[in-house]
Amino acid sequence: MWQWFHKLGSPKWFYGIANRLMPWLLAGGLIVLLAGLVWGLAFAPKDYLQGNSYRIIFIHVPAAFLAQSIYIMMAVAAVVTLVWRMKLADVFVKAIAPVGLVLTFLSLFTGAVWGKPTWGTWWVWDARLTSMLILLFLYGGAIALDRAINDEKSAARAVAVLVLVGVVNIPIIKYSVDWWNTLHQPATFKLTEKPSMPMEMWVPLLLSVLGLYLLFGWLACLRMKTEILLREQRTRWVRELVLAGRK
Amino acid sequence: MNAESRPALKPVESAIGPVQAMVAVFMRDVRVAFRQRQDLLNPLLFFIMVVTLFPLGVSPEVAFLKQSGAGILWVAALLSVLLSLDHLFRHDFDDGTLEQLILQPQPLFLLILAKTLAHWILTGLPLVLLTPVLGIMVHLDGNSVAILCLTLLIGTPVLSLIGAIGAALTLGLRSAGVLLSLLIIPLYIPVLIFGTGTVAAAAEGAPVAGYLALMGAFLVLALTLAPFAAAAALRISMSNS
Repeated sequence: MWQWFHKLGSPKWFYGIANRLMPWLLAGGLIVLLAGLVWGLAFAPKDYLQGNSYRIIFIHVPAAFLAQSIYIMMAVAAVVTLVWRMKLADVFVKAIAPVGLVLTFLSLFTGAVWGKPTWGTWWVWDARLTSMLILLFLYGGAIALDRAINDEKSAARAVAVLVLVGVVNIPIIKYSVDWWNTLHQPATFKLTEKPSMPMEMWVPLLLSVLGLYLLFGWLACLRMKTEILLREQRTRWVRELVLAGRK
Repeated sequence: MNAESRPALKPVESAIGPVQAMVAVFMRDVRVAFRQRQDLLNPLLFFIMVVTLFPLGVSPEVAFLKQSGAGILWVAALLSVLLSLDHLFRHDFDDGTLEQLILQPQPLFLLILAKTLAHWILTGLPLVLLTPVLGIMVHLDGNSVAILCLTLLIGTPVLSLIGAIGAALTLGLRSAGVLLSLLIIPLYIPVLIFGTGTVAAAAEGAPVAGYLALMGAFLVLALTLAPFAAAAALRISMSNS
């Protein structure tokens, strides 16, 4: 078990694994996501209340789902960085933070687009929207801190501390925002809550969430590979790799 | 080698205990601050000026100010604590005191706790003391002012404690001030929500003990966890420079 653990710490070993894994992740992700999206956007039944406009759910929910779980993944990797100083863990955090930021933005944007026909407004200070906005700030802070520190080892560890502080705060922020919202206006937007949907809607939704996860895996591998090449550019194996690629 | 000829090496015992060290750090920070009194005054002036902007910029009407006064004061207090955080470690970092603090045998988090407490006494507490005056200026009634002061009294230490983490993380960076705000403001949101929520509940005649208890829970959580995070962040920042 420990051998596996040490191997996982080696960027070179990961580079090889990522190369083998990526085609599968890409193909699987594209197929599953396309299946989910086509099924959801074209064939799933209309919503009795919202008509066709609800179909943005097949993009909105996967993006929001992933945006939240990426932060949790970052927190787990942050613990690994701080406790075991594993190189790959901070490569992982650095590689996926911008992905998380983009997906959070995407979920806010699709939410706004969905809100316009449904609620008649682009934005409401609803608890869920606000906590996603704060998540966007948390991602932005982590990325800004990472960019501000020149030494990559200190940057990784500082970001790890920040991400951990953030993850302790996420439940507090979530509950306080929920509480704040219910204080000021009673929940008017029952539509934001997940409707108990029929199978024909639920299965394509599940497929698109799964597909986006696989694609995220591919993207994370790609970004981690780039970061590894940058960091290990002075090592022998990277030189050999680049020289072999040049021929 | 003759073992008996040499006295056994004893670990050097530190001359003072952790509590004494905390008191020493605290007293030093207070003394240094009182030698640069303008630095003490600046956050207070900033607090007053931000509050002044709202009647000028939004509306001087009594109804508006009554309704939003507590929120305005809370936001202004939050911003001026944020502004003062840059000083928390900066001077000690520049003159090397911070390195000596890290080298002390006493646990670093306790020393940071002492520094943060001094920071609160020097910035948070004066804000609380100034609040009644500004509260009257934004037409809050007596009960609301009292509750507002109480929430600020519990809330501003939380702001200082969370802020210490951000100050430690951004220590020695080029654009530390702006970055510090970016990192810390999202973490301040729960305190702000409960601070202003308590005053709003009090204005509606609802019981506020529960809200105050929750704010107290924030304070306890921040007191126990934030110094550790700040100590870890400080070690990282110092190894960076």
